Amino acid sequence: MSSVVALILGGIFGGGLYYAGMTNPQKILNFLDVAGAWDPSLVFVMGGGIPVAAIGYYLVTKRQAPVLFADIQIPTQGLIDRPLLLGSAIFGIGWGIAGMCPGPAFAAVLLEPQAIIGYLVALVLGSLAYERLHR
Amino acid sequence: MTEFTPILSLIGGILIGLSAAGGFLLFGRVMGISGIIARTLNFDFGEVAWRPMFLLGLIGVPLILSLVAPSPHGFEAPTLPALLLGGFLVGYGSRMGSGCTSGHGICGMARLSKRSIVAVCVFMTTAFVTVFVTRHLLGGVL
Repeated sequence: MSSVVALILGGIFGGGLYYAGMTNPQKILNFLDVAGAWDPSLVFVMGGGIPVAAIGYYLVTKRQAPVLFADIQIPTQGLIDRPLLLGSAIFGIGWGIAGMCPGPAFAAVLLEPQAIIGYLVALVLGSLAYERLHR
Repeated sequence: MTEFTPILSLIGGILIGLSAAGGFLLFGRVMGISGIIARTLNFDFGEVAWRPMFLLGLIGVPLILSLVAPSPHGFEAPTLPALLLGGFLVGYGSRMGSGCTSGHGICGMARLSKRSIVAVCVFMTTAFVTVFVTRHLLGGVL
């Protein structure tokens, strides 16, 4: 049951990214290009997504446990530390270079495999490189 | 040049929000893609292997939609160096910063998490600056 739910949640996420236009890297780059041909669509993606997600979060905080799993595992620490700042800064540079973040890359990999497989391999290598160096 | 698509992007955003809301309410977990990938790579699949199942839906459904009800957005590939360099930095940075556009940008903002709000402000700033530099100062080298 839960694994079917996970498949559906992933599918809704992927469908959302696809229809929102986030699977086209140029759309991200044009959002980030205020000095050029600015495309503010991404503001509407965030504006649609955040309030709806907030309802789900509010509902789970009113419960002892989530509907399907035994415990809630949502981070609560509010510490603003160096890895958060530096990591986010590096992430933003990569996002601005490729016009793609992890979700849209997965959502688009079967649509445009020749372009995206290289990105995903590099993403996995970057992820593993951090874990090797810091864990 | 891409077309401004407020309605489609809003609908897509609501779908992403529904998925994130479902992750909170049903699983009590953050639907952050970089975290799901990293844990899947470490063979930490979670209860009932929900992480690989989530990724399967994320990868498969857009393909099905592109065959039955394609979106009008199209796809323009970045250059290979941009894909490789960008991918590496996104992978490295999202692990170091404990999240990406989904985990911090959607789920964290929805929780009004201080860490996530800071993360979003930081990565938006460096992304805007990066695009300004690559497109306008360096004339699209990447």
